Amino acid sequence: MSPRDEIERLLSVPERSVDADAADAARRFAERAASQGAAEISYATVDTPVGIASVAATSRGVLSVGLPSEAVDDFLDSLAERVSPSIVEAPVTLDVARRELDEYFSGRRQTFDLPLDWSLVPGGFYRRVLNATSKLPFGITMTYGEIAAQAGNARAHRAAGTALGSNPLPIVVPCHRIIRSGGDPGNYGGGPELKKWLLRLEGSLDD
Amino acid sequence: MESVASRDPFQRFLDEHRAPVLAFLRAMVGPVDADDCFQETFMAALRNYESLDAANPRAWVMTIARNKAIDHHRARARRAIPKADVPEVAAPAPAERDPELWAAVGELPDKQRTAVALRFAADLRYREVAAAMDTSEEAARRNVHEGLRKLRETVLREERAA
Repeated sequence: MSPRDEIERLLSVPERSVDADAADAARRFAERAASQGAAEISYATVDTPVGIASVAATSRGVLSVGLPSEAVDDFLDSLAERVSPSIVEAPVTLDVARRELDEYFSGRRQTFDLPLDWSLVPGGFYRRVLNATSKLPFGITMTYGEIAAQAGNARAHRAAGTALGSNPLPIVVPCHRIIRSGGDPGNYGGGPELKKWLLRLEGSLDD
Repeated sequence: MESVASRDPFQRFLDEHRAPVLAFLRAMVGPVDADDCFQETFMAALRNYESLDAANPRAWVMTIARNKAIDHHRARARRAIPKADVPEVAAPAPAERDPELWAAVGELPDKQRTAVALRFAADLRYREVAAAMDTSEEAARRNVHEGLRKLRETVLREERAA
């Protein structure tokens, strides 16, 4: 081997610790970018009994919750598309939201005490439906018609369903508490099985 | 891997480039100061993320990293009193590699040092080295080859001296 080849070989030896050190440096960067507001959105994942959920927040409050049915990458792509790609993972910055979601999913919390960022919710009737839904207590359910009436239009139960289906803040704005008039839980963004699981967790559904 | 769209979440961009950026900065400013430069590099990348060159994100972030390394050298030179006590380049010596060889890289002229660090520490291709340094690919190859020639001379000289 010529000295030149040997030098190239030596220069190409990867540094053993660089991957782990870079991961650590990136974690510190992301937390700082989030806490200083340099990043517009911070997110974290939450391990729940039904899978991995995601939560994203801006400086105003919680912006979106991703249910386990949605892959974290898809959740982030959607936020990048709809709000901003200035997104970092910052579990420490989101500590309170993570803890409250964790407590809810393990049956130790009934209400959320989190500021919300409603900017993904369109105004008008949609906003009124989700606002009314956000006031529905743990363990209480309402029909689509009833929530439509709460939002000011008793006949708009279909539109209420559409508004709930677009809820960017599931769990925190408990759209799973809105069920069909016959008692059937009905559709859910995270899948009908998850809706039943949540209603059972809250004691609103037997079996 | 190369096709990071400008609308990709920043976290994905960070995860994809964090290791080569840190390796490059360690070769440029040494392991201790590399962390500060790393933080500044990604903060600048985040603030300018809208202007990301989507066709070549790695070269784009390396250009920022290179500028941070240069800023770092300048700040160091300003602080250095007397100058002789502070080496022009901090010992860039991740211990498990060949510390003497990387110290010799640190003694190379700026363009050669940068080109060698981009090529070998960050593992960039010549096309990307050229983009990061805003030169032609031919010039990038020349800088690397000239750097390697000097390193070979240094190594041979040391071997003779030993």
